[in-house]
Amino acid sequence: MKRVRIIVQRYNPKVDVQARYDEFEVTAERWTTVLDALLYIKAHIDHSIALRYSCRMASCGSCGMLINGIPRLACYTKVYELGTDTITCKPLPNFPIIRDLATDFKAFFAKHKSMRPYIINEDIDDSNAKEFIQKPEEVEEYLQFSYCIKCGLCYSACPTVATDRLFPGPQALAQMYRYLIDSRDKAIDERLRIVDDRHGVWRCHFAGSCSSVCPKGVDPALGIQLLRAYLLGHGKERKKIAELYIKKL
Amino acid sequence: MVRESSIMKVHYYTGLAAIVLVAIHVMFRLTAPGGYYASLEYENVIANYSNVSYVVVLELILVTVAIHGFNGLRVILIELKQGEAWERAVKWLCIAGAIAVMVYGTRTIILASMML
Repeated sequence: MKRVRIIVQRYNPKVDVQARYDEFEVTAERWTTVLDALLYIKAHIDHSIALRYSCRMASCGSCGMLINGIPRLACYTKVYELGTDTITCKPLPNFPIIRDLATDFKAFFAKHKSMRPYIINEDIDDSNAKEFIQKPEEVEEYLQFSYCIKCGLCYSACPTVATDRLFPGPQALAQMYRYLIDSRDKAIDERLRIVDDRHGVWRCHFAGSCSSVCPKGVDPALGIQLLRAYLLGHGKERKKIAELYIKKL
Repeated sequence: MVRESSIMKVHYYTGLAAIVLVAIHVMFRLTAPGGYYASLEYENVIANYSNVSYVVVLELILVTVAIHGFNGLRVILIELKQGEAWERAVKWLCIAGAIAVMVYGTRTIILASMML
């Protein structure tokens, strides 16, 4: 058990001119997460702190925030693992602030939606609905990308999103690849047209920060590079690349 | 309208070509009779323009670097600021810039070869 200092950025864009930082002291056990600490503060010290959370088990992707300068899920980050007695919590960069640690995901979800994140297949006979058959290796090609929980950490870590507001971001582009490569999907040309744009897949700098902050082990940077390879005409080799990646894992 | 993937293919290929061509250009210097430093003397530099293959390499470097460089500038500028008018202006300014550099560089190459 130890005492830790939690510094929380406070900002209400409707009222405040600039952000301020409030400090709180809490007791942390080995199992205490940053979310636990913040909820303790909210329950016992300052009820007015605004933050978003839901499942508390890294499944819903609601509690993303900048913890000690790195985008993380508060429920998935233990106080002890940070190795410091001072923890600074700020809202996720690249997102408009609603209040304090709660950010607005409207643009993020709109970009995700613009990628048409669902199977498009005109050959389906609705009157004779039956399951799609896929080989295990066909599933492996997109499986890791389907683990995305849309927490926005990759989007907040992306340097291109920070400067280009029209860039879809790593989450949306990785989801584009996830559906493009799905053997059940038949809208390859339509999908490629969406990302083959001035502000599309080509604007990725391959900084790789998206992949390093993902709490679910998804590698959006890989998805973006595979998408680019597809556009450059190396789509036929995608299976080989995916197999090499799986071997590496 | 040209697809961004086509533009970026040209960008990558001109980048790779420029590396190879500059390497060849440097090799001209290193393998010149009299050695590297002698090859940089004024008379020797001008004399190079009598070598057709040297002039062709020089012109290709000019074209590939102008295309690659101005497209790179376009990419940086549209990442810095977005908007239809801005992006259209950036596109045409970069095309004009690349053409201007190629025309001016070609003129210089022709003038230098005429000094012989």
